[in-house]
Amino acid sequence: MATTSLRTSTGYRSGLYDWLTTTDHKKIGILYLANSILMFLVGGVFALIVRLELAQPGLQFLTDAQYNQAFTIHASLMLFLFVIPVLAGFGNYIVPLMIGAPDMAFPRINAFSFWLLPLAAIVMLSGFATGGGAAAAGWTEYSPLAQAKYEGIGTDLWIVALLLIGTSSILGAINFIVTIFKMRAPGMTLLRMPVMVWTVLVTSILVLMATPVLTSALIMLFIDRNLGGHFFDPATGGNAILWQNTFWFYSHPAVYIMILPAMGIISEVLPVFSRKPLFGYKAFIFATAAIGALGFSVWAHHMFTTGAVYLPFFSFMTFLIAIPTGVKFFNWIATMFRGQLTFSTPLLYAVGFLTMFLIGGINGAFSAAVPVDFALHDTYWVVAHIHYVLFGGSVFAVFAGLFYWWPKMFGRRLNETLGKIQFVFMFIGFNLTFFPMHMLGLSGMPRRIADYDPNAGWNDLNLLATIGGFTIALSILPFLWNVFITFRSGEPAGDDPWEGNTLEWATSSPPPPYNFDHLPEIRSERPVFDARHGATHG
Amino acid sequence: MALQVSDHDEVVGHGAEEQGISNVILGMILFICSEVMFFAGLFAAYFNVRANSPVWPPEGNEHFHVASEIALPLIITTLLIISSFTCQLAVWSIRKGDRTGLIRNIAVTLVLGVIFLLGQGYDYTQLGFTLADGTFGTTFFTLTGFHGAHVLGGVLMLSVVLYRAMAGQFSSKHHDMVEAVSLYWHFVDVVWICLFSLLYLVPTH
Repeated sequence: MATTSLRTSTGYRSGLYDWLTTTDHKKIGILYLANSILMFLVGGVFALIVRLELAQPGLQFLTDAQYNQAFTIHASLMLFLFVIPVLAGFGNYIVPLMIGAPDMAFPRINAFSFWLLPLAAIVMLSGFATGGGAAAAGWTEYSPLAQAKYEGIGTDLWIVALLLIGTSSILGAINFIVTIFKMRAPGMTLLRMPVMVWTVLVTSILVLMATPVLTSALIMLFIDRNLGGHFFDPATGGNAILWQNTFWFYSHPAVYIMILPAMGIISEVLPVFSRKPLFGYKAFIFATAAIGALGFSVWAHHMFTTGAVYLPFFSFMTFLIAIPTGVKFFNWIATMFRGQLTFSTPLLYAVGFLTMFLIGGINGAFSAAVPVDFALHDTYWVVAHIHYVLFGGSVFAVFAGLFYWWPKMFGRRLNETLGKIQFVFMFIGFNLTFFPMHMLGLSGMPRRIADYDPNAGWNDLNLLATIGGFTIALSILPFLWNVFITFRSGEPAGDDPWEGNTLEWATSSPPPPYNFDHLPEIRSERPVFDARHGATHG
Repeated sequence: MALQVSDHDEVVGHGAEEQGISNVILGMILFICSEVMFFAGLFAAYFNVRANSPVWPPEGNEHFHVASEIALPLIITTLLIISSFTCQLAVWSIRKGDRTGLIRNIAVTLVLGVIFLLGQGYDYTQLGFTLADGTFGTTFFTLTGFHGAHVLGGVLMLSVVLYRAMAGQFSSKHHDMVEAVSLYWHFVDVVWICLFSLLYLVPTH
């Protein structure tokens, strides 16, 4: 094991240089989180611009073209530069600690994976500085909308940015898988790994097998746009549906890439704040693996209305996903049942996740039914669904994770009162924004439109959604203030403020560069609980 | 205490120094998995436009019948397959600690890889159609071009292996990079065999 003599000396170089050149998984993890939250704020500004334009019928602030750029860049930033990397950031920080490893398997590749992301953000956003503006065909960039004759160089910059992000994801996934299989501490068998590590492992396999297909699709789109290719142009023998197939072959597994580690965070938080072990540990792991496997067989449910896919198969497989997801809900609820609940901020966000993700799952099941989907396709119903799973799901889990692991990362606790104020505003604002979108979708409002008929009956609900959007923005202010005052004068956390179960709580806060002076004996999936209570397992 | 020790039969590797597959080789295998999926996307596009076309190769350009000028592709294909064998001979050499054998075989592999690239580049100039010539030209150049880019990547990796081998950095125990690069080279070879069969040997319709 590492000893204190390995502590690296940083006295001769500045703190900034240290952060720019670090290969320490903890610092890289924090860089991931910081960059992702910055992108969350930028993407949020684009969301507010969209909501502002939609608050009343008519075009008040934007042209149609500007509106298209706003919603395209909002979605692209949130999906590719916030949700996916923020979860990778948690994985980076926490996975080596949870398995008792000194670092990731390939620390320099890890740093490279991170630094591709700010570069990609600059490339994508630089589209606004070009003549034709940024990418504007939606984050799905369907052909023929994405073809050269409709847009300037913004779409090409978007393609390059996504290629960089994809490379970052693939290298990160390889790093996670090798780390998890090769770097575990003695005694940390696969079935003693924390659930968070399992979800990161399954997510990494999804990234490894799905992201390269997106890379190939993006390259084909780039060739079509710039080199005179004919992949997606039906007039010259190409096939526009080919883009949708290759795009969704990545982008459907990607929604599990965006939710599985969030489920992992929730599954770490609920046991600690319920003072019980996770109910059905093995069932949870098999459910995670099942979601990962089924995730590869449902991509065409985004394409029901194209008439080019076999509807019964993809509808049936989509409904099947509800089974492992239902198993997980059973795990979570049974974990809380008769537990000694402590309603600290992480648990509030975890409960927020459970309720909102449940709604997102149910309204998703509606769209899995082919006849219903034909009515709801490309309406605001779909917008409601994706925000209930990705905001109500992933974002709430991100804040649960931030409040839960902040004391470990920085040695200080975030303020609980400010955290709860933030939660209340975010929860109310979230539902005000996105619940009306169900009604808008059912009454036929299409997504991705800048203007609508004032007599369509959509005015009040759109205004409500805009008020909700600004309430969410308001809820970010207590968070930023919380971060600021915690860095200045936060309450010292101690090594194990929550009486945690997993190995990250067995080292100091923040941990030393080599992570552990010594490890407790690992005889279950809760080694720190065992050490605290002197349990002789089994 | 005895009970605890017996429980530790399940211990697993902790870092690269322990037994089992090394981090580098496992990383390369996973990278190759991702590359398989990348080419799967491109091959899927090829099958898609091919199946959508009433005749294949499409009419309008007699040069699309590439199988009629198969001599050069066949030669460079043979050389690439031979290079896979010499690459494996290099691995077997260094496993026995034979550094001279490693250097010789890697050098031959590298030369064969470069000849393949030169041959493919020359073939491109003789084809009589371009990437912009219909779906045939687009898929032909995209598939062979990205394969060629991977050969180039392999050639660069082999150059580093050769340099390090000549510097005496590999031994029978420490040669993970040689093993990993050879896996990559075999993968590039297999992709080419699939691609060559598809473009030149599978009957047209």
